[in-house]
Amino acid sequence: MARKLSFKMAINEALDLEMRRDPSVILLGEDIVGGSGAPGEKDAWGGVLGVTKGLYAKHGNRLLDTPLSESAYIGAAVGAAACGMRPVAELMFLDFMGVCFDQILNQAAKFRYMFGGKATTPVVIRAMVGAGFRAAAQHSQMLTPMFTHVPGLKVVCPSNAYDAKGLLIQSIRDDDPVIFCEHKNLYGHEVDVPTEAYAIPFGEANVVRDGKDVTIVSYGLTVHRAMDAAAALSRQHGIEAEVIDLRTLSPIDWDTVIESVENTGRLVVVDEAHPRCSIATDVAAYVAQQAFGALKAAPQMVTAPHTPVPFSPTLEDLYIPTAEAIAGAVLRTVPHALAA
Amino acid sequence: MLDTRIKPIVMPKWGLSMSEGKVTGWLKPPGTKISVGDEILEVETDKIAGVVEAGDAGILRRAIGARDTVYPVKALIGVIADEEVSDDEIDAFVAGYAAPAEEDGAAEESGPKYEFADTSFGRLRYARRGDGARAVVLIHGFGGDLDNWLFNIDALAGSATVYALDLPGHGQSDKAIGEASLGWLSGAVLAFMDQTGVETAHLVGHSMGGAVAMRTALDQPARVASLGLIGSAGLGAEINSGYTDGFVAGSSRRDMKPVLEQLFHDPGTVTRQLVEDILKYKRIDGVDDALRALSENLFPASRQNEILADQMKAAEVPVLVVFGASDKVIPPAHAEALGDRARAEVLGEAGHMVQMEKANKVNELLLDHIGR
Repeated sequence: MARKLSFKMAINEALDLEMRRDPSVILLGEDIVGGSGAPGEKDAWGGVLGVTKGLYAKHGNRLLDTPLSESAYIGAAVGAAACGMRPVAELMFLDFMGVCFDQILNQAAKFRYMFGGKATTPVVIRAMVGAGFRAAAQHSQMLTPMFTHVPGLKVVCPSNAYDAKGLLIQSIRDDDPVIFCEHKNLYGHEVDVPTEAYAIPFGEANVVRDGKDVTIVSYGLTVHRAMDAAAALSRQHGIEAEVIDLRTLSPIDWDTVIESVENTGRLVVVDEAHPRCSIATDVAAYVAQQAFGALKAAPQMVTAPHTPVPFSPTLEDLYIPTAEAIAGAVLRTVPHALAA
Repeated sequence: MLDTRIKPIVMPKWGLSMSEGKVTGWLKPPGTKISVGDEILEVETDKIAGVVEAGDAGILRRAIGARDTVYPVKALIGVIADEEVSDDEIDAFVAGYAAPAEEDGAAEESGPKYEFADTSFGRLRYARRGDGARAVVLIHGFGGDLDNWLFNIDALAGSATVYALDLPGHGQSDKAIGEASLGWLSGAVLAFMDQTGVETAHLVGHSMGGAVAMRTALDQPARVASLGLIGSAGLGAEINSGYTDGFVAGSSRRDMKPVLEQLFHDPGTVTRQLVEDILKYKRIDGVDDALRALSENLFPASRQNEILADQMKAAEVPVLVVFGASDKVIPPAHAEALGDRARAEVLGEAGHMVQMEKANKVNELLLDHIGR
């Protein structure tokens, strides 16, 4: 049965269902219970934005509130995974990766390879990403490309509640380390979500809008901006954009992207990460190499600028790719006759 | 007052969730003589692409709906009238046309209304239309759900109470299959009838649902008033395992689209949303197990396991069999399997989903068969 559910509650439901299904699933993180041992803990806050609220009452000590030491509890989660548990560690903000990156880069990502396949590391690291939350430069970054650069990690960044639930369940069931990126400005966004457990396979992009004139590739929050741009382009210019939501960045669904560009001949990649060495450059380079003959115009990239996320609300609003910027990039790919 | 010599063609409403549709092309140019049932134009919704058939005869005088343009349900998209009606009269009709108000605005707002029946076969979802004394139960096929009757459920509800259910393992019913047999699925249909207070029903089954309906009529003849078998399984041995195996194995849009295209005479009927809806169903925990069990037990290795044609020849229940001439899943030759025992119709330009592709014709046949 399906009903409207927010992105945030879809994450909560996925965690609850998997903890019920599999006793090896445990949660670790800062304040995910809301202060173990404090009075009223069964109705405590449940994480900095309440994503894990209510789970302690259902699953008790399988939720571990950790000290403020990312290197300690991410390391503990990675070790527990290598010993047969399926931990889901909440890193709160992905910006905090710096202090625990060795546990991720040199431990979790390497075990399967360095132990010749004898070890698996089924750990999920959940973290909030993205700007627009007035949380300034250290709590707002879109650091997805830092993780897609590392072999051995899977990287997921859903754009809606349906995908968030199905991809988180798949992340927990997957035997490799998964970096699960949750855009905090999508937490309140609601779509139809089935009550049952379901898993969305990795490496399956979602074509969220059909179009014949241009392919817009994106992920996370900017998928919605791309959809707004596509609607405006159709209305104002008669340009029909195909919009692809990558959903997972490692592995990435090249086939769907290439197939679409072969039909449209034009590519715009939208990425909330910084412009250099990003998902945008990755997709643009791959398409240029694999489908050069199909391209009728140079691929365009719409990204955040190469600056820290500003604290000024006015500047922050300009920082995230806007629908207007995406539509402008599309118009740069079409001949004047079509844009007239 | 509207001129009754002038007949409007309006954007159809295919199922409760449809609020608008896109005109994708006209199959008849203005000036063409139209007979009732002629295919006039093509319309696409977010769920499915379909054809609008003429409900009136005359000359197609105006094709108003523009290609690739979206119109709300009941909007005027064309005009049929005889030659003697002048162009001025037609123009006046078009200018003065007001779409009829929705019968029940509040119900429209809340979207499709489904109900649930708790049975010993699990919680089963169903839709109910009409309130006539006669009961009709629509049973979908393998991997289907009650929305397979999108174009039929309202048309059959004129003088009957029509139920369409999701079988166990399907749609939004519970996913556990106790025993992957026609007998067990038939038990679920009977339990559903018990729970909804239906003593005797006309059973209409599509594909595997047709075999389930036959099994029910053979086991509990007193509870089945008649059988409507649409592209039915259980009439012969052959079945296209390329379809059934492909449906079970497919997990991506690219895998599923060509598989689903085999269901239709016109592969263009399969929209992105249709594929996505099937994938969303298939991803739910328990669905893969249910589909594999059913497929292995009912149609292993390209053959149907339970063929009921001979037993049906000895039964007394009235039977209508309908197939699409280009059915790529079950051979349309199976329409003849019951010989004189059944009225058999094979409809041209329709595939396995004949009740969707030739909805008007199938609805007429069913109403003739069941009673109006």
